[in-house]
Amino acid sequence: MPALTDLTIAGALDGLSKKQFSSTELTTAHVKAVEAARTLNAFVTETPDKAMTMAAASDARRAKGEAGLLDGVPLAIKDLFCTEGVLTTAGSHILDGFKPTYESTVTANLWKAGAVMLGKVNMDEFAMGSSNMTSHYGYVNNPWTRKGDNRPLVPGGSSGGSAAAVAARIALGATGTDTGGSIRQPAAFTGIVGIKPTYGRCSRWGIVAFASSLDQAGPMTRTVEDAAIMLQAMAGHDPKDSTSVNAPVPDYRKALTGNIKGLKVGIPKEYRLDGMAPEIDKLWAEGVEWLKRAGAEIVDISLPHTKYALPTYYIIAPAEASSNLARYDGVRFGLRVPGDSLDAQYENTRAAGFGKEVRRRILIGTYVLSAGYYDAYYLKAQKVRALIANDFTEAFKKVDIILTPSTPSAAFAAGEKMDDPIAMYLNDVFTVTVNLAGLPGISVPAGLSAEGLPLGLQLIGKAFDEETVLKVGQVLEKSANFTARPQ
Amino acid sequence: MPLDRKTVAHIATLARIKVPESDLDAMAKELDTIIHWVEQLGEVDTSKVEPMTGAVRVTLPRRKDEITDGNCRDKILANAPEQAHGFFLVPKVVE
Repeated sequence: MPALTDLTIAGALDGLSKKQFSSTELTTAHVKAVEAARTLNAFVTETPDKAMTMAAASDARRAKGEAGLLDGVPLAIKDLFCTEGVLTTAGSHILDGFKPTYESTVTANLWKAGAVMLGKVNMDEFAMGSSNMTSHYGYVNNPWTRKGDNRPLVPGGSSGGSAAAVAARIALGATGTDTGGSIRQPAAFTGIVGIKPTYGRCSRWGIVAFASSLDQAGPMTRTVEDAAIMLQAMAGHDPKDSTSVNAPVPDYRKALTGNIKGLKVGIPKEYRLDGMAPEIDKLWAEGVEWLKRAGAEIVDISLPHTKYALPTYYIIAPAEASSNLARYDGVRFGLRVPGDSLDAQYENTRAAGFGKEVRRRILIGTYVLSAGYYDAYYLKAQKVRALIANDFTEAFKKVDIILTPSTPSAAFAAGEKMDDPIAMYLNDVFTVTVNLAGLPGISVPAGLSAEGLPLGLQLIGKAFDEETVLKVGQVLEKSANFTARPQ
Repeated sequence: MPLDRKTVAHIATLARIKVPESDLDAMAKELDTIIHWVEQLGEVDTSKVEPMTGAVRVTLPRRKDEITDGNCRDKILANAPEQAHGFFLVPKVVE
């Protein structure tokens, strides 16, 4: 049998149900692995005692024959999910010492399914970033390095701690959130699977808000099957989130039939960027070949407004963020920096508490919403967003699913692109359209770059058709046979 | 119109973020670059397009107008930097 930390979630659940090992043993192995991998800086808060208590409770449930969908499986939780009594920072100084008195719906669903919490994982501050460099708690190292080059690489972001923990085999799975690519880009950079479900599939209640019309939680795992299992537990209607959709959650694992005969796969020509790395293009062509061989029909499609997606996003997301982040005022929770007046206290607290990128986005958001500019920027962006969403509506009249690369490059070195915000924003060029349109998207590890780093392919599905996304994702996964792992 | 230091100072006040005088020029330049970049949306004809206000176009659900939560004052105050007698404490705002 492989080491307990090398198991998939499906493998672990199988071993637990066959009594090959207990959750206490499985969790102990992971708690030790977390300790041994501290140089990654993946965790903001480790909760080993809580993990062992939850594992013991899981073993007791299983002994009584009451095991849930994820019973006994140790997971890492992005530090954006509020966890009752456990420090929740969003990677920001401004949430110093914040211990929520409530539990997010998604994590509550996971605990209800029996999962075990290893701790809270690092992330870009308020999920704003593609590198994990903006965390107040220091950046996360990617467990992967280039061939013959030990320089640290970023794990991507914003769910970089989640990605690093899963790739380094210190958690069987992790929660992530994705506003413009924050699950799929780090998944691609670390050679794991990450799915952003349809907007409304998972409740946003208790997740620290960044851009409310774009944010969505999803699982990050080492296999597509594991993503299906974990999503099953996370998803579902929640009256506490009025945008959460009241529709039954299908059995995602059952969707993994491997049969994609006759399925129409769209290839959007606009995703072929000028100057794109040839290895990304080559991987994309390989993906097309794999799906064709599995019986799918390849259809060329056009998503004409693709090039406007990033500028649209960088109006809408900062606008929503400037509004959402107004709550950090030094009065009700977190950091307080005193001043002569209440206004001075607000200004001092927010200047000291927010990092550079967060301040930049709040100011941009405030500007595009301010009197005289609202129509020119914010309203204009909402209209272009409608056109981007409509591109997909039209495309999905002809195809069942869309195949694209996940990212325009492999992981880059820590500290690169920090001086040029727009270069950093370009990381999300293939992922951000999906958030604007509210659709499901998955990144599946599909190959290695010349430098030996993982690269991902993305599948975009119709709204609430995670089943097809997962099914085709697994076909890609099997064809790619990605067995490489970080050294 | 380029985004100048006066505009940055104004939006920083609106956003209640203190920006030191010495940072205003650099920040104006940075924000201006981003604003200039997003202005490419001007190329798109949106004269016949309705704005999209959310990712899913549904009518928000309504619930009965009744109290479903509450009686948790101490929980709400639990993370306050300063509190007294069941209230948040802030610097004096009324003389």
